[in-house]
Amino acid sequence: MISANLSAIFYLISGVLFILALRGLSSPETSRQGNFFGIFGMIIAITVTFLSIGNFSSGLVFVLIFLLIGGLIGAFVAYRIPMTAMPELVAGFHSLVGLAAVFVAISAFLNPEAFNLGSPGNIRLGSLIEMSIGAVVGAITFSGSIIAFLKLQGIISGSPITFKGQHPINALILASIIILIYFLCSTQYSNLFWILLAVSFLIGFLLIIPIGGADMPVVISMLNSYSGWAAAGIGFTLENIALIITGALVGSSGAILSYIMCKGMNRSFFNVILGGFGATEQSINSQNKEQRPVKSGNADDAAFLMKNASSVIIVPGYGMAVAQAQHALREMVDTLKKNDIKVSYAIHPVAGRMPGHMNVLLAEANVPYDEVFELEEINNDFANSDVAFVIGANDVTNPVAKTDPQSPIYGMPVLDVEKCKSVLFVKRSLSPGYAGIDNDLFYRENTLMLFADAKKMTEDITKNL
Amino acid sequence: MEIDPFIFRLSIFILSIFIGYYVVWSVTPSLHTPLMSVTNAISSVIIVGAIISGLSGNSDSIFNTSSIFGFLAISLAAINIFGGFLVTQRMLAMYKKKKKDK
Repeated sequence: MISANLSAIFYLISGVLFILALRGLSSPETSRQGNFFGIFGMIIAITVTFLSIGNFSSGLVFVLIFLLIGGLIGAFVAYRIPMTAMPELVAGFHSLVGLAAVFVAISAFLNPEAFNLGSPGNIRLGSLIEMSIGAVVGAITFSGSIIAFLKLQGIISGSPITFKGQHPINALILASIIILIYFLCSTQYSNLFWILLAVSFLIGFLLIIPIGGADMPVVISMLNSYSGWAAAGIGFTLENIALIITGALVGSSGAILSYIMCKGMNRSFFNVILGGFGATEQSINSQNKEQRPVKSGNADDAAFLMKNASSVIIVPGYGMAVAQAQHALREMVDTLKKNDIKVSYAIHPVAGRMPGHMNVLLAEANVPYDEVFELEEINNDFANSDVAFVIGANDVTNPVAKTDPQSPIYGMPVLDVEKCKSVLFVKRSLSPGYAGIDNDLFYRENTLMLFADAKKMTEDITKNL
Repeated sequence: MEIDPFIFRLSIFILSIFIGYYVVWSVTPSLHTPLMSVTNAISSVIIVGAIISGLSGNSDSIFNTSSIFGFLAISLAAINIFGGFLVTQRMLAMYKKKKKDK
């Protein structure tokens, strides 16, 4: 058994290692080392916990068994998961952090002696507040992530689900959570704790259900942040420095990602949270649908255009992930490069269903990361390029965002693909994108629509090159 | 008068938020997905709380309501720790630079 002070120092060390793990992600070269810092920090934290309890007799075997079960499941999932399913996996992981926080809080509530927090029915006030907050945020993270997971999997519809009086109901539930915590702390009445948990699970569910599929990058980042705050809440209860540091890191990390994602859509955080985007615009749009001329072509035309280009910019989006077209795309690019055509990739911040989604898919297809550029880095290059190849992206290329103040996406930063000499747009139909608005780009002089499945079309183009 | 230890923990918490703020802004956007999976893994350090409750029972009653929740939390957190770090490792291994010999 080691002293409380010594273990606190080790927890501090593991907190520092976690900071270094995030720091490593500032560039791909240092990132792998950063991940090892993280693993090392985790090993220290777990080892110190065992040593500080020193009770190796009874429960230890079972602790190890449960650790092993979880570890095997985790390792199995990590190796088997396809990269296209990353958003679902991350949402699933968030729900587990949330649930773990809830379980630890329950455990501490039922047996506060084990954590030096007082006795049942007489838990120290500060600790009770901290564990209530940890449990509430954990429960919201859990049920919210489950909904996000189901939406990403397509088990429930990705379109926003709204109903009348949604916002007043949510406000009422949030207020009741605060009142419940107040009464729980003043009476220590254990049934209030269970009601509090049930209400928190409910609000997590209600908060995420109205948010649509393409807003998932914000939702996932937000739940990432929540999982951090839940961990921090439990960290205060357990007086554990590693947990407090990590909770704060993860909480602010998720918050920053949410902010970046909102900015990528030019929407305020509250606008996304209140949900229902795209539900109203769709009806207006269908009324004034006019037939406008569209030029469409086949793989042969596309191959011809690209063969005669000297530079091509690829704009991937969620559709590429759905069609699993990243490998076919990379083969096409290889062929282009053999013909001395300069190829780069342009990634919009909210392309895909989570932050960085496209980058991971391209990396999986062996695309070197120094050929992949962010919006600000590459947007000026479209004017000097011959061909823009839009594959599975839509709203993020819509020039309406720059020209029409009436448009729901007005002001959103978009990729200036229309400035290219010609635009190849791979899409299955002319249907509008997530925002429910027509893409002006379809009807431009220099746009050639390629109506096909993204993967099939890319393969066909490669054959024709 | 002594300072409540809570204030120290609060200080650590607030300062860590600032560290997180600056460190995460320096993360390159192309690594945002690994960032999320690794933050998942490290926030599962919550397992330390689960281990404490799992080990809290005495030899007569290893399983009581409190410790059962602890055991379950251990498994959940372990899924995240192993899954999170391994999948991050798998993703980061894919990020490669352009080969020079072209």
